[in-house]
Amino acid sequence: MTSIIIIAITAIVVLYLGLYKVKGALLPVSVLGLLGAEASLVCGWDKNISYFNEMLVFNNYAIAFSILLIATTILIFLMSGNYFEKISSNVAEYYTILLFALTGGITMVSFQNMTMLFIGIEILSVSMYIMAGIKKNDTSSNEAALKYFLMGSFATGILLFGIALIYGATGSFNLTEIAGKASEQPFLFYTGVIFMLIAMTFKVGAAPFHFWTPDVYQGAPTLVTSYMSTVVKTAGFAAFLRLFGSAFSSVPPIWTVTIAAMVVITLLIGNITAAFQQNVKRMLAYSSISHAGYMLIAILLLGQASPNAILIYSVAYSIASVASFGVIVAVKEHKGSDDLSAFNGLGRTNPVLAFVMTVALCSLGGIPLTAGFFGKFYIFGVAIAANYTWLIAIAVLMAAVGIYYYFKVIIAMYLRDSESGESIQLNGSYQFVLIFCVLVTILLGIAPSLITNIL
Amino acid sequence: MINYITVLLVLFPLLGSVIVAFTRGEQVKKIALGFSLIELAMAVFAWTKFDYTNPDSQFIYNQPWIESLGIHFKVGMDGISFLLVLLTTVLVPLIILSSFRKEFRKPHALYALVLFMQTGLIGVFTSLDAFLFYVAWEAALIPIYFISAIWGGEDRIRVTFKFFVYTMFGSLFMLIGIIYLFIQTPGHSFDINQFYQVALDKGTQSWLFWCFFLAFAIKMPVFPFHTWQPDTYTTAPTVGTMLLSGIMLKMGIYGVIRWLLPVLPLGLMQWGQTALILSIIGVVYASIIAFTQKDIKRLIAYSSIAHVGLISAGIFALNVQGMQGAMIQMISHGINVVGLFFVIEIIFDRTKARESYLLGGIAAKAPILAATFLIILLGAVALPLTNGFVGEFLLLNSIYEYGVWYAIVAGLTIIFGAVYMLRMYGTVMFGKEGMASSTFADVIGTEKLVLFVICAMVIFFGFKPQYLLHISEASVNNLLEIIKLKMQ
Repeated sequence: MTSIIIIAITAIVVLYLGLYKVKGALLPVSVLGLLGAEASLVCGWDKNISYFNEMLVFNNYAIAFSILLIATTILIFLMSGNYFEKISSNVAEYYTILLFALTGGITMVSFQNMTMLFIGIEILSVSMYIMAGIKKNDTSSNEAALKYFLMGSFATGILLFGIALIYGATGSFNLTEIAGKASEQPFLFYTGVIFMLIAMTFKVGAAPFHFWTPDVYQGAPTLVTSYMSTVVKTAGFAAFLRLFGSAFSSVPPIWTVTIAAMVVITLLIGNITAAFQQNVKRMLAYSSISHAGYMLIAILLLGQASPNAILIYSVAYSIASVASFGVIVAVKEHKGSDDLSAFNGLGRTNPVLAFVMTVALCSLGGIPLTAGFFGKFYIFGVAIAANYTWLIAIAVLMAAVGIYYYFKVIIAMYLRDSESGESIQLNGSYQFVLIFCVLVTILLGIAPSLITNIL
Repeated sequence: MINYITVLLVLFPLLGSVIVAFTRGEQVKKIALGFSLIELAMAVFAWTKFDYTNPDSQFIYNQPWIESLGIHFKVGMDGISFLLVLLTTVLVPLIILSSFRKEFRKPHALYALVLFMQTGLIGVFTSLDAFLFYVAWEAALIPIYFISAIWGGEDRIRVTFKFFVYTMFGSLFMLIGIIYLFIQTPGHSFDINQFYQVALDKGTQSWLFWCFFLAFAIKMPVFPFHTWQPDTYTTAPTVGTMLLSGIMLKMGIYGVIRWLLPVLPLGLMQWGQTALILSIIGVVYASIIAFTQKDIKRLIAYSSIAHVGLISAGIFALNVQGMQGAMIQMISHGINVVGLFFVIEIIFDRTKARESYLLGGIAAKAPILAATFLIILLGAVALPLTNGFVGEFLLLNSIYEYGVWYAIVAGLTIIFGAVYMLRMYGTVMFGKEGMASSTFADVIGTEKLVLFVICAMVIFFGFKPQYLLHISEASVNNLLEIIKLKMQ
């Protein structure tokens, strides 16, 4: 709770700093605030504190995911020096809106009461609607925002329906109480569950509710895209799992067929479409759909290992995404394009940048000795333990497709020649973030025990 | 010291790789060669301490790696592993030496990748932990992909990418198999001994067999999973082709011996015959295609499929001769094929041609090359008193025991193989002087050295195969007993 307050106050302070044109202070203040929030979270470890009659419960699950969300935000902020200035004169609103979105994300991972889930999702979504449309004079940005807003509101409505039905069936918003009374009104209850399932899959961008993802990801400024594909997605999955793992786990899971079908469609659509993309940013947008598919497997097979699997996957995926989007931003700024051909010869002109991209893509593709490998390893482990062999066969096929399109970029960087031989200069904090991401990716690929046992 | 020899063998090339990666200038080749020679010395040292009578793994090094998953960094060598470690440590310095006269773009990256690959290869051959095995398996793939893709010839990007995705696809299925077995082990561990103890029903073993077989069959390659191989061998730079054909395809065979047979014997009972038939089809098919090849590098690539098919058929025949034949043939094939590809590289280097109709009459101008080429070639076609003979004899013998018709088909093909190899030799070395080979300088310096070493091995192991055979004998017998016991 302290962390939410700290971040909210930081956001307001940043807004006022922007008002008084103190541009130099925006980034340091935001990062300091976020570090303070991290510290307050770490202090609450193992304490299981609940707030306001169990509206929010900060158990270890909530804290671990909150720390991840904040850390990802810090990394993205550290890369943003000068980035937002180039696209807008009102830089402060970027920081503010992203910080507000973060409070929504933390509420989503720590809710114990469905109203808080709803509030969290709304704070996060509304912030993201604004961010998608923030390039006011850009048509694709406007289109993305409108699309996202209309479809998102629709999903919110469905979420509310679901919450209402479940309230009708159990008489409570509290997760534990819902779990206790789940079987009293099975028809109402299950209808409510399916409604919530649809809304949640929309928010995490899983097929068949994924149509907003590619357009929004491409329309938004790239750093915002990296925020959406990491923080927003992680928060969505953490909330998804928290909801299904605690409130709906006591009844026979009649939704398995639905989710299993969604997993298959998501994996197929995400990976196969990504394989045909010529634009790297759009390719990563589709690949993020496919990653939602892998994470859905852990929710499909709710079990003791699920929280760990989702956490490891989110950590690996977030860090790799931040690094890869970071490289895309740098390449786009320098070459004016983020098409595949813009990456040609990067291995020769910018060996470090190319190396960062390679490690990040290997991690996304699940090559051993990177963090992403263990993400997939745990997810596959959960599914194999539950005897979902056919699902795993599809997931493996799709993982091979994933390696195919990730390596297309690596091939472009190392095996094709570029037209210009200039190298790209990056500022210090940008380099720090990229190197940090690479180190963490490799470290977790060699010693995943650092995070595998904390939940 | 001796107890740490295995882990040293695994990690030392990695150290070399890092150092070479940061070295610039003329010294790179020599430093890389130095590292591979020290590695060889260590392997020879281990040979002197190796206990042939002990069927179990020796020099075991076991360190917890990821405790929560029961993953250990556990390496060790029994006779089967040790033979392949010897092969790797002998071939890598030869391969590096064979590239001495060639100029590469970014040589430091090339040699760093070669040494990195050696770590992966030795890791595969010594892992006693399934997870480590998988990691090493992938660690060997990535460097060879980059070697072939960066320094390769025409159309390299498409060809090597196919190879990469193809093999990656296979190994992902193996990963599934490994995770499944891990969950079935009593103590939730990746230890090989625990894997051996898992007793699964027939149906489960049946699909698990394919998970593993797919990965191994693509790597070897066994028909019909071979389609990546001829293109990749032809396109890759000769260093890469040598690594691929000399050592890497043994990973697949080794995987079958070490993991597939003892862990899934019931799966083997159901699918062993299918695998054997596929292997023999591969022998026939590759030989027929090799017959029509004009490009001599491609011809050797196809003949390699034929040889590997015979090895894998011998293994699936599941008797001592077959297994021992496979062991010695892996070594011989490794030595011979590296020699053959090197000769082709020498010819290509001087004439810029690999088509047999452009070449001819080289023997008169380069007698040393012609003589050494002949010795290696005779080894490859398994003439008695060359290293290829013993292995092929044992393999055919084992297939004969399994079924007469299989042996007849495979045996005839071997004769067929001798015909196209000798025909190729005749055209290239003696035939009418070709367009490309009107001037041809004989081998010199390092080329001579490499060829002599290879010829010496061809002849020596032809006379004294028991030096190799008795290294693996105890382990092979033990392994077959385990398999037979579990099949009942």
